[in-house]
Amino acid sequence: MKRIVIDPFTRLEGHGRIDIFLDDDGNVANAYLRVPEFRGFEKFCEGRPVEELPRITPRICGVCPSAHHMASAKAVDAVFHVDPPSAAKKVRELYYSAHMCHSHIAHFYALAAPDFVLGPTADPAERNLLGLIAKVGLETGTEVIKHRAYAQDIQAVIGGKATHSVCGLPGGVSKAVTEDERRDFEEKSKSMVEFGKLSLKIFDDVVLKNKEYVDLVVSDMYTMKSYYMGLVDASNKVNFYEGDVRVVDSDGKEFAKFKPANYLDYVAEHVEPWTYLKFPFLKSIGWKGLVEGKDSGVYRVAPLARLNAADGMATPLAQAEYERMYQTLGGRPVHHTLAMHWARLIETQYAAERMVELCQDPEITDPNVRTIPTATPDEGVGIIEAPRGTLIHHYQTDEHGMTKKVNLIVATGNNNAAMCMSIKKVAQALIQKGKEATEGMLNMIEMAYRAYDPCIACATHSLPGQLPLEVVIYDAKGKEVKRLSQYLS
Amino acid sequence: MAKLKLAIYWSASCGGCDVAILDIKEKILQVAEIADIVFWPIALDFKRHHVEAMEDKSIDVCLFNGAVRTSEQEEMAELLRAKTKTMVAFGSCAHLGGIPGLSNFSNRAQAFERAYVEAQSCDNPDKVFPQTITNVAEGELELPEWWDTVKALNQVVDVEYYIPGCPPTVPIISQVVDALAAGQLPPVGTVFGSDKALCEECPRTKGEKKIDKIYRPHEIIPDPEKCFLEQGIICMGPATRGGCDAQCIKANMPCRGCFGPTPGVTDQGAKMVSAVASILGLENEKDLPAERVEELMDQIKDPAGTFYRFALPTAMINRKRM
Repeated sequence: MKRIVIDPFTRLEGHGRIDIFLDDDGNVANAYLRVPEFRGFEKFCEGRPVEELPRITPRICGVCPSAHHMASAKAVDAVFHVDPPSAAKKVRELYYSAHMCHSHIAHFYALAAPDFVLGPTADPAERNLLGLIAKVGLETGTEVIKHRAYAQDIQAVIGGKATHSVCGLPGGVSKAVTEDERRDFEEKSKSMVEFGKLSLKIFDDVVLKNKEYVDLVVSDMYTMKSYYMGLVDASNKVNFYEGDVRVVDSDGKEFAKFKPANYLDYVAEHVEPWTYLKFPFLKSIGWKGLVEGKDSGVYRVAPLARLNAADGMATPLAQAEYERMYQTLGGRPVHHTLAMHWARLIETQYAAERMVELCQDPEITDPNVRTIPTATPDEGVGIIEAPRGTLIHHYQTDEHGMTKKVNLIVATGNNNAAMCMSIKKVAQALIQKGKEATEGMLNMIEMAYRAYDPCIACATHSLPGQLPLEVVIYDAKGKEVKRLSQYLS
Repeated sequence: MAKLKLAIYWSASCGGCDVAILDIKEKILQVAEIADIVFWPIALDFKRHHVEAMEDKSIDVCLFNGAVRTSEQEEMAELLRAKTKTMVAFGSCAHLGGIPGLSNFSNRAQAFERAYVEAQSCDNPDKVFPQTITNVAEGELELPEWWDTVKALNQVVDVEYYIPGCPPTVPIISQVVDALAAGQLPPVGTVFGSDKALCEECPRTKGEKKIDKIYRPHEIIPDPEKCFLEQGIICMGPATRGGCDAQCIKANMPCRGCFGPTPGVTDQGAKMVSAVASILGLENEKDLPAERVEELMDQIKDPAGTFYRFALPTAMINRKRM
């Protein structure tokens, strides 16, 4: 049996890899996506004062620290049974919407767009952000960098630091937004809305007007039926910060809708010995292995899943684009993994529009941003939508608020099974007997998991950035027979 | 001047240090002017075997972030040390052990039990744990081994300089870039940042006020102009190196010590104990009944996890005995 090892994540050998096993005929027998790192936060958070966890858990991931900061802040609110003032919730949502913009912009332009703008099989030396800027023009490139920086600035002002912010604590945020800050945020947010339109236009021009790419998006190898999960507001619209968790089946029918506190009734996790990352699944269906369809408990999260799990977007520009996406791709839900990119841009548009709304809300500068907790602390769950999907923090404490138990289900973890299956599907379609593995082929396998924007930092701690790919093919005796890489000839 | 050869590596880290390097924005162009980056896993596709093939001491500077917790990470630290003239511990984890260093309160068996069996969402009746070697139908799958103890970089290899912070701030990274560009590095062993305690640069007013009640950050709304400690909120300022521009304090939250101990101090927690004793008026302990001293100190929740939040692996007592 032959074995192909793909070391996709930029970390050195051994940090996040895919092993593809070929059968005796040279076809794909199985594929394993493995996460070889474990962080141990569940254990070492024990014994800490629970109000410190919003300052400890962001170190799970320096790429999406604000997602952990917010999930943790919401969990400690719940532990203390405290409801933050309305202004505090709005400040948190503004901060968090900026984080969404930052993350989605970085992913789309640095990672996803080069595949489409330059082509999935383009020279790898050009298939990166610099190659993209060369193609779309320096002016657009400057806009990308400027708006990512705007999003970082807003987080830094509210959170003290853009990376590992400190503003969230039980009952609110540490400081109010001043009028000067508000004006600055409003200006940047309005600019972000325009940038959101520009991004959607680029997607339209580059992907949707190109039949070859649309065919790729809807092709069988990039299509997988599963359940979808995401937070929704009271009208079942997408919400990143607050709401109920809604799950729809592969026909788009509501399968479950639950309060964060009840997540354990709906989600469980399976453990495999060959990876440090667990496999969440829908509890009522059960773990049936890495299989797709309604009889399998595998579900997906992240932008496309959020849109599939909701009835629409809460802001006008995003809603119009939401409708256009489902009209174009044949109605909700969409099972095409590569449509994740379109959904990500629709979400960026929503986040930007929501930022403007919040900046124009008179309450946003209300100095009352703290409620002092008075109830005895015990247990709480905080769920938010991280850029990469549903993120769950669950804490239990003693009566003094000292942490006894911590349970974490991270966004990329939710997609673990789906990513394994998507990779296998593309590998099976491309790697076949008698066909030589090419660099373009490898990139197309890489595109299957890149669509999920796996926050490997949460799991293995890689970064959104150019992901080189290395494939090593071994013969049955373990001898290396071929080595391919995108960047090294 | 010939261009420097620069390597950037991450070990047991969150990626925030690499994001911090990207956040220096246009300054990154100056880095490109003065240095060729020969190794940077997030951005460049050079692999371990390329580093192995380099001449010893052929890399001028290595910025190493993250703590060391697996055999693979130790091997990489040793390999890069052999190839590098100037090794720099970049960020709290490499400098002090960092937040992952809190793992030293427990061990691997306990951490695995918690995450893979006991966790409320786990459905694992057979107690399956991730294994270093797993035989699947198609062949063998390997995972790196996870250690009981987290180490700072200088507990594994010699280190010339330290850049503190979780993550390091843009001004300090810029200062390092300027020093490299000018070829004017400070004495070996230097920790970048201020050579004074954070309190020296804190914008809040400070009297000589003693307190007798400790509050946790969520329990009161602090006056944003006044010293946290004098309002009864534990702030690591007195025991922590300055140079961060008091970012957290300006966001109205107390310091948690990510810049590590003040100059000349090796044990940040011990230093903090004396600072707290002083503000609680315990210097003259003999004048106070023992129960009163105990009562005052008992108000501080989790002193070990707070005073050594970022520096447990490099403390005098650096792990819980198992």
